[in-house]
Amino acid sequence: MGTRGVSIQNPLIEDLITMATEYASSGEYIKHHLQNLTYGQLPPGFERHDAHGNVEVLQQATWTFAHGAEEVKAMGFWSINVDSMLFSIGLGLIFLFLFRMAAKKATTGVPSGLQNFVEWVVEFIDTSVRGSFSHRNALVAPLALTVFIWIFLMNLMDLIPVDWLPYAASLAGVPYFKVVPSTDPNVTFGLSLSIFFLVLYYSVKMKGAGGFFSELAFQPFPKFLFPVNLLLEGVGLIAKPISLALRLFGNMYAGEMIFILIALMFGGGWILAVFGGALQWAWAVFHILIITLQAFIFMTLTIVYLDMAHAEHH
Amino acid sequence: MNFNATLIGQSITFIFFVWFCMKFVWPPIMNALETRKKQIADGLAAADRGKHELELAAKKAGDNMRDAKAQAAEVIAQAEKRAAQIIEEAKLAAKEEGDRQLAAAQANIAQETNRARESLREQVAGLAVAGAEKILRREVNAQTHADLLGQLKAEL
Repeated sequence: MGTRGVSIQNPLIEDLITMATEYASSGEYIKHHLQNLTYGQLPPGFERHDAHGNVEVLQQATWTFAHGAEEVKAMGFWSINVDSMLFSIGLGLIFLFLFRMAAKKATTGVPSGLQNFVEWVVEFIDTSVRGSFSHRNALVAPLALTVFIWIFLMNLMDLIPVDWLPYAASLAGVPYFKVVPSTDPNVTFGLSLSIFFLVLYYSVKMKGAGGFFSELAFQPFPKFLFPVNLLLEGVGLIAKPISLALRLFGNMYAGEMIFILIALMFGGGWILAVFGGALQWAWAVFHILIITLQAFIFMTLTIVYLDMAHAEHH
Repeated sequence: MNFNATLIGQSITFIFFVWFCMKFVWPPIMNALETRKKQIADGLAAADRGKHELELAAKKAGDNMRDAKAQAAEVIAQAEKRAAQIIEEAKLAAKEEGDRQLAAAQANIAQETNRARESLREQVAGLAVAGAEKILRREVNAQTHADLLGQLKAEL
């Protein structure tokens, strides 16, 4: 970075540049860790800057992996975060595989090992659903189970030291590798929007379109104030999926960020590295609580929102 | 935050996972749990029932025991009573038999005595007559004095 052909005359400026370089490399490090491996199409005429400062102007639209935030932006909506998809699908498959194995072997006899654990989780989810959901719907409990375990597993990726998998990936020639799918807003919004559509579907199904509208328009204030009601309730309705997704994303993103900042200390001499190691361990232990809690909150709110969708208001 | 098609991919993945979970994971596990719960409840109920039955049986056994004891006591009492009765009857019979034999013996003795006395009297009378004949051979005509002799025989 520091070799951009700037003529250096003054030691002070030299120092400043060194500092800036270090800062820039820290910034680069963080940015690099927060960048998804995005596959998409770059438009024709796009100028690609490679690591050596060379510029390549694309003659035609090109499908490729994005290098840097600018390219991601240029790719627009029709691009995909390969790492997020890979890890979320992989973790989801692990979840389904384990639980399906236990389900296949489920007997009424004395459970052992995996079956015991799975039954414990299922019972826990079932109790949560019975506690918060007071209607009959065969979808809600499996939905809650999927949400809880899947999000938990995605969050769990946060406990793997931040550099391991990206470093392994870079050795394999993959430039970016974000291993925690729940730090990708696409993932959390994908979940929360799906749930939001379920909420809308059941609201209309249970109360009818008119009933749902009257719930939005004719309360909390009297009917003649329905524009105000509509505004208030509409905001409340829209806030559900957004808050659901942002809460999970924010927590995981912040946790990941702290891991990254701690990881920066490993480059600052061995005293700082040891301190960083201790800090990382402490934060990881604390993070176990956070990832479980976030998964649980997401699941509970899912159940509660669906319960509200089923409930008849007056 | 930039949104891209990952959003859609995630939604599809999510829907598939939920569908799979709802179809192939949740029902079998829940079934197993429910069935086991029922089995345990049934087992506990059966155990309770068994315990209850055991109590009843113990009570019944006690009752039976008491009845049997009472019956045995009754039987023994009856037997004792019967034995006493039999002894009493035997005593009575023995006494009767004794009395009867005594009476028969007495009658026999009386008969024998009478017979002895009769024969004795006849012999005495014979002797007396014989004596008298010897004395009176000469002067007493047997035919004239037959009445007198008969009278004398009767008196003896």
